[in-house]
Amino acid sequence: MKQEHAMESGNLGKIYRNGEVIIMQGENGDCMYVIQVGEVEVLQRLGSDEVRLAVLAPGDFFGEMALFEREVRSATVRAIGEARVLTVDKRTFMSRVHEDPSLAYRLVKIMSQRLRRLNAAYTRVSAHPFNQSAATPSAQTP
Amino acid sequence: MSNLAPTSSPSTLQLGHLESHSRVRVAVIGGGPAGSFFSYFFLELAERVGLDAQLDVFEPKNYARGGPAGCNMCGGVVSESLVQMLATEGINLPATVVAQAIDSYVLHMDVGVTRIKTPLQEMRIAAVYRGAGPRGAPENTWSSFDHFLLDRAVAKGARVVPERVQSVTWNESRPQLKTREGTSGTYDFLVVATGVNGAALKMFEGLGLNYQPPGTSKTYIAEFFLGRETMEKYLGHAMHVFLLNLPRLEFAALIPKGDYLTFCLLGENIDEALVQSFLNSAEVRQCLPPGWQRPEKFCHCSPRITTSGAVHPFGDRVVFIGDCGMARLYKDGIGSAYRTAKAAARTAVMEGIARGHFHRHFRPLCEAIRRDNLVGKLIFAFTRQIQHHRFARQAMLRMITREQQGCGAPRMSMVLWDTFSGSASYGDVFLRTLHPFFWCRLLWECLRSLRARPLN
Repeated sequence: MKQEHAMESGNLGKIYRNGEVIIMQGENGDCMYVIQVGEVEVLQRLGSDEVRLAVLAPGDFFGEMALFEREVRSATVRAIGEARVLTVDKRTFMSRVHEDPSLAYRLVKIMSQRLRRLNAAYTRVSAHPFNQSAATPSAQTP
Repeated sequence: MSNLAPTSSPSTLQLGHLESHSRVRVAVIGGGPAGSFFSYFFLELAERVGLDAQLDVFEPKNYARGGPAGCNMCGGVVSESLVQMLATEGINLPATVVAQAIDSYVLHMDVGVTRIKTPLQEMRIAAVYRGAGPRGAPENTWSSFDHFLLDRAVAKGARVVPERVQSVTWNESRPQLKTREGTSGTYDFLVVATGVNGAALKMFEGLGLNYQPPGTSKTYIAEFFLGRETMEKYLGHAMHVFLLNLPRLEFAALIPKGDYLTFCLLGENIDEALVQSFLNSAEVRQCLPPGWQRPEKFCHCSPRITTSGAVHPFGDRVVFIGDCGMARLYKDGIGSAYRTAKAAARTAVMEGIARGHFHRHFRPLCEAIRRDNLVGKLIFAFTRQIQHHRFARQAMLRMITREQQGCGAPRMSMVLWDTFSGSASYGDVFLRTLHPFFWCRLLWECLRSLRARPLN
């Protein structure tokens, strides 16, 4: 009990309530986010529909594309329940990555894994174009 | 066995070369942040390139213990930029390790008080305990930051040897370690991460490395129990910094950490008289409950911090990282440990462990920190002038207050935020001050303060 009380003051990042939008598709971005506590969902708007691309858990990051390119956000990210998320500024990241390029290795590795999953989902959808469930389980990439 | 530094050619010292012959043996003296970061990143890089390595961390202290026995004597603030970089590396600081997440700085001067909020209104600075809390704190309330990092290194495959290294000699051009407990071993590569407190650095005087330890200055750190409610009421989630016109005092801060308040004083020859003057100042008193008295028994220490870098912090098969190698002036010591540890690990795994490799790939970082510290000295000299002149303090206070109310770009706020938090390099802080609007506003506010002074 004492430890739980002590932990309340030690949470880093910012709290987002259930359903609160953290980043919005189409908006400009200049940071990425790392989930500290809770879960978020990654959603992409297709016309009037919203497709859930992924559910991310503590330790996962999102919004990383903004660090490498100047495009608008490709998806919306919303908190599922209460989530605590830490922001990583593009400016801080870029100044460090110039000193230490290996800092980007983990990002590249995870982006590579996401691309691999996306390729697998695309292959499944191409093979079974009328089976919507083919894409669902492994297409969890933002 | 010889006391002279070996003069092996770089090609025979490349870890990549050794990889095909046998397992590489690495010794790390010191299991604080620099030693743990090095171990973590060395083993990660070794795994990435398929290098078979055995890494031993010699650390006699058990950081999981509370009080002085497990403490690494430090204010314990993880800067905003380091929190972000660690999260990017996949090292997220859990709430059990962060004693207090900080969301703002409160600047106290005799002319007034102002709050500088974190640029994104987010908890991105971590106040941590280097051990498992101060003397007398209930056990299992917080986890030690140093223990947490060492655990990450152990999870990567590091082996902790809980013994104190007593001597280092050369054994056929390889470093040989002997502990007080009698263990001895010869290694391919030695990493020194002992910090600057203690006598460990004397071991390297006779090794022919030409290593000279960094310049140091004494600080004062104390932990006082105030209780959570009092802490919330008087300190909140802010770090309180003081620009007081007290002789010999460079910088002072009150850092909230759960139930406890950490006092941290930097300056020249900090003694009891200076501590007492600081505690009795009206600016400090207003942060504390009325009538608060310093208890008779409390956890305190006077550790040394570096004021200049070491000379020749590397040689064949040896590198000095963290405080005993190169660290930023006054700020972000843990961040310096991270940067130097990672640079040393990168150099060793990707390039080699000869003096020439460190000269080409590790020294540039040391030089960058050294140059930045020169700018830092300039900034602290400027801050001292503000400390000594009331009109300048008033001008600065008005500038920040105006900016925090949303009037104009937060130029002074960001300069002070980055200076206090250690989030940006001193060079970046200096560049911020070069903006013409910064000087126009500061000069304008100085003139206003001078005009408002009563004529005697």
